[in-house]
Amino acid sequence: MSFEASIERLEAIAARLEDDELDLDTALTLFQEGVAELRAASAFLTRAETRLKQLNEAADGVFRIDDLRD
Amino acid sequence: MEDAIPGGSPASAVSVMALTATARDVLEGAFTPLWVRGEVSDFKAHRNGHWYFCLRGEDAQLKCVAWSRERRRIPAPPDDGMQVVALGQLTVYPTRGEMQFSVTRMEAEGDGLWRKALELTRARLQADGLLDPSRKRAIPRLPRRIAVITSRDGAALRDVFAVVQRRCPAVEVVLVPAVVQGDSAPESLCFALDQVARWGDADVVIIGRGGGAREDLWAFNDERVARALATCPIPTISAVGHEIDMSICDLVADLRAPTPSAAAEAAVPVQAELRDRLRASAEALSALTHERVTSAQARAADAARGIARGASRRIERGRLQLESSATRLHALSPLATLDRGYAIVRTPAGQTLRSVDRLEAGALVELVLRDGTAAATVDRVMPNDQPTLTSASVTEAEP
Repeated sequence: MSFEASIERLEAIAARLEDDELDLDTALTLFQEGVAELRAASAFLTRAETRLKQLNEAADGVFRIDDLRD
Repeated sequence: MEDAIPGGSPASAVSVMALTATARDVLEGAFTPLWVRGEVSDFKAHRNGHWYFCLRGEDAQLKCVAWSRERRRIPAPPDDGMQVVALGQLTVYPTRGEMQFSVTRMEAEGDGLWRKALELTRARLQADGLLDPSRKRAIPRLPRRIAVITSRDGAALRDVFAVVQRRCPAVEVVLVPAVVQGDSAPESLCFALDQVARWGDADVVIIGRGGGAREDLWAFNDERVARALATCPIPTISAVGHEIDMSICDLVADLRAPTPSAAAEAAVPVQAELRDRLRASAEALSALTHERVTSAQARAADAARGIARGASRRIERGRLQLESSATRLHALSPLATLDRGYAIVRTPAGQTLRSVDRLEAGALVELVLRDGTAAATVDRVMPNDQPTLTSASVTEAEP
């Protein structure tokens, strides 16, 4: 799931958790899901070095992305 | 002597073919390609793709042809009356015996041909609905991977990369190399767009190049490139040249950026802001869950108190019931009677005696008192209807 999708899911989870009537089991399940999303999204943000690649297509139409050296 | 010169005498007359061919050689030898100024008239685009027209000036005119294979660099067919300069080779067209100017490039005053070419392309794209604003797709707020269709060695790739590295290094930049200027550029750009579509693993495409002369940017006005861009399955950002340059690709792309750097800024958010957003999400998640747990605890405590209240009421009721039963039980118990000084007489087998009927002198009985029992022997039996009394003597007592 992309960072964007994770953030959107987190916002949806928060919106549901705001409901006073929500039962505890559901709240805790949502919390667990939220923690997993947080973990995935944070992992994305830890990358500090942009990767520069080049798309290469083999003769059989298979694509590969290779590092592009300056 | 005269016969030695071709055409010098009737006998050495040359053929028409030979003369026109010679004239052509002479003209082509005398004139290198040159620019000629004039007004276009009698323009005709033939079905075979060649253009025929005249260039006029004052009292002179020059027949011109632009062969379909040689007019690729002329942006659009000229209109009659247009003031143009044309680059061509003066020659002779032997079939018609005419002097002819073979044109390979042409420019009109005030960029007339370029503007016309743009307008023609634009009108065709418009007719097909490709410029409809409702076709514009949203650019994803955060791509994982950006495809950049441009030259490997151009400034555009460096600019995009620098901006992504500064703003959001988590995003990957993937070059899809293409020729961005010259005759092969349109085909190369179309191929790159097709590759991006077939690869399908980028979230957004930036197509463009840095600034340059108008002709250098022309590939981005090519109708084939525009159509390939319009059918790209991934959202597109065009970034052609400098801010003032507007291309057909700019009209078709989902987003037009004035420069490649601006395209990169539009494509990626600032990573620090994402981190803030994520932190806010994390805090909201934990705070709200905490609230839910706290309120569930409060509800559980309420419920427990309710149960306890119910239970203690029941216990109290039970205790009172028990007390009253005990009192009643006590009232009925023979022990209370014994307390008052009575005794119970039983047979040794434990049978309580209510009458003297079965007693006779010498019988063994048991006396039960408040604090013990005693074994006794009956001395005499005296029923109530006889003036006798039953008397017994105690033989043994145990408390």
